[in-house]
Amino acid sequence: MLTPEELAEIETEQTHYEQKRAACVEALKVVQRSRGWVSDESLSDLADFMGMTTDELDSVATFYNLIFRKPVGRHIILVCTSVSCWVMGHEQVLDHLRKRLGIGLGETTADGRFTLLPNVCLGACDLAPALMIDDDLHGNLDTQKIDEMLARYE
Amino acid sequence: MDCPLTENIKPGEGPPDIEAYEKGGGYGALRKALQNMAPGDVVQAVLDSHLRGRGGAGFPTGHKWTFVPQGEQAVHPTYLVINADEMEPGTFKDRVLLEGNPHQLIEGIILGAYAIQADIAYIFLRQEYATAAQRCSRAIAEAYARGYLGRNIVGASFSLELYLHSSAGRYICGEETAMLNALEGRRATPRAKPPFPPVVGLWGKPTIVNNVETMANVSHIIEHGADWFRQLSRSVDGGTKIYGVSGRVKKPGTWELPMGATIREVLEEHAGGMRDGFKLRALIPGGASTEFMPADQLDVKMDFDSMQAAGSRLGTGTMIILDDRTCPVGMVLNLMRFFARESCGWCTPCREGLPWLVRILEAIENGGGELKDMEILRRHTGLLWLGHTFCALAPGAMEPLQSALKFFEDDFLRHIREKRCPWR
Repeated sequence: MLTPEELAEIETEQTHYEQKRAACVEALKVVQRSRGWVSDESLSDLADFMGMTTDELDSVATFYNLIFRKPVGRHIILVCTSVSCWVMGHEQVLDHLRKRLGIGLGETTADGRFTLLPNVCLGACDLAPALMIDDDLHGNLDTQKIDEMLARYE
Repeated sequence: MDCPLTENIKPGEGPPDIEAYEKGGGYGALRKALQNMAPGDVVQAVLDSHLRGRGGAGFPTGHKWTFVPQGEQAVHPTYLVINADEMEPGTFKDRVLLEGNPHQLIEGIILGAYAIQADIAYIFLRQEYATAAQRCSRAIAEAYARGYLGRNIVGASFSLELYLHSSAGRYICGEETAMLNALEGRRATPRAKPPFPPVVGLWGKPTIVNNVETMANVSHIIEHGADWFRQLSRSVDGGTKIYGVSGRVKKPGTWELPMGATIREVLEEHAGGMRDGFKLRALIPGGASTEFMPADQLDVKMDFDSMQAAGSRLGTGTMIILDDRTCPVGMVLNLMRFFARESCGWCTPCREGLPWLVRILEAIENGGGELKDMEILRRHTGLLWLGHTFCALAPGAMEPLQSALKFFEDDFLRHIREKRCPWR
C-alpha cells in the first residue's frame, strides 16, 4: 500500500506532464526515498496507480542504474569507475573499500549499513578519484580520507 | 567582461540568489526581449551570434530553433528540454553552471522558450547532481515568485512553465530522443529519426533539446548583442567555452576562455602542466567519445572546426590526459567497459559488439591477447560505425578505440608479444 504522503508527492509530480504515466520515474524515486528500494509489491501498487502494467513499469525501473529492485543498505556508496577516476586510481579506492567493508561491488554489509556500487562518471573529474555517499560528493580520495568519511555515516 | 558565463560564479560560495542576480543586471535581457523584441528577433540574434551547441555536436543553436513550426503551422504545447544529464565520462562543465548560477540558465531557458514559442520547459538533470538539483529548484521557485515564470511573464503575453526532472542514472538519456522517451516515462531507448524532435518530439509535439552551457549564453547574447558575442571568440564560432582538464596535471579544473583557445593554453597555462614525474602521452579532448590526440598536437585551437580538421572533435571541451605511466590499453578498456555497460541494448551491433570488444581488450591487457585480435578490433571500428547502429553511442565508443589503435599500436602489440601489461 502506498502511503497518503507518497501518493500526494506522486500526484504533484504528475501535474508536470501531459500524461500521468510520465511521472513514473519520479514515482519510483518517491517510493525508494521512503522505503530504501522498490519491492515487487511496491512496484505493483505503483503500476496500478500510474495506469501501467507491472511489466511496463518494471521495464522502466530496471533500465535505470539508481532504481533499486533489491534491498540496499542505509547508505549507498557510488564509486566512480569512469576514465578520469581510473587514471587517478579508483582501483585503489575500491580495494580499500572492499577490505574495510568486507563486501564486493553490488553487495551490502551484514549490518545493513552500506551498499557498494560502481557508478559512471560522477562529473567530478577535477576531484578524481571521487565517490558519493547518499547525496554527498567526496573527492581527492585516499585511504585515510575514506576511513574518516565512512565513520560519519551510521 | 571576458567571462560572461562565470564572472558571477565564486568558487566555494553558493550561487547568487535572485536579488543578487538582478542587482548584477540579471533578467534585464528577458525584459528587453519580452517587451521589445519579436520571437524571431531573438532567433535572429542567436543565429547572428554563431552560438553552436555545447553538448558536443556543435549544431548551430539558432538554426535548430528555426526548425520549430511557427505562425499558422505552430503546434501547442511546444516544448523546450534542457539537457543537464551530463554523464559523458571526463565531463564536468555543466555542473559548474548548474551549481554556480542557476538563474543565468533559467533566464536563458525563458529566452529560448520565447524564441521558439514554447509553452513548457524541462531541465533534465542527472540524479547524482544533488547540489545542482537543490539550487535549481530554489532558483525556479524564486523566478516564479518574481513573475519570470508562469502566466504573462513580466506583464507580456508570453507564458511558460518550467519543471525540473531528476533522472535516475543512465548515460543514453543524454541522447536527445532517448531523453524524450525518458520524460514520457518510457524505457529510455533512442527513437528513429526522422521525424526529428523539433517537429515531432515530446508526445509528438515540437521539441527543442539544448545543452546547459548553450542556454547559459543566451541572456548575454540578447543583452550585449551578436557582434559582441562573436568578438569574445578567437574562432568562427561565437562566444567563450568552458574548458576542463582532468588526469595527472597540477591543477585539474575548468576555465572559461575564448572559444578557440589552444590545447596548450588550457593544459599548460591553466591546468599548470603535468605533475612532476609524469609526461604527457596523449589526450582525449572532449569526453569519452572523442578521438585521442597525440602530444604533438597541442597548438590546435579548441573550436569545432579546428578540432575536426585535426582528426578529433571538440566534444564537450573537457579533456582527459593520458600520461606516460598509465597504460593506453587499460584506458581504452575502461572506456569500452563504460560504453558496453551503458548501451541501452536496443540494437544488436551495440549490445553484442561492445561486450565482445571488452572481452578482447581484457584478454590483451591481461596477457592473453593474440595478433588476430588486432584485426577483430579494427573491423569493429567499422562494424559499429555510423549507419550500422541505431544511435551514436557505439560510433562514439569507436572514436577513442580507432584512434588508440592508430597511435598506440606498438603498445597493443607489446602486450600481445610479452603476454602481460608492461605498466603493471
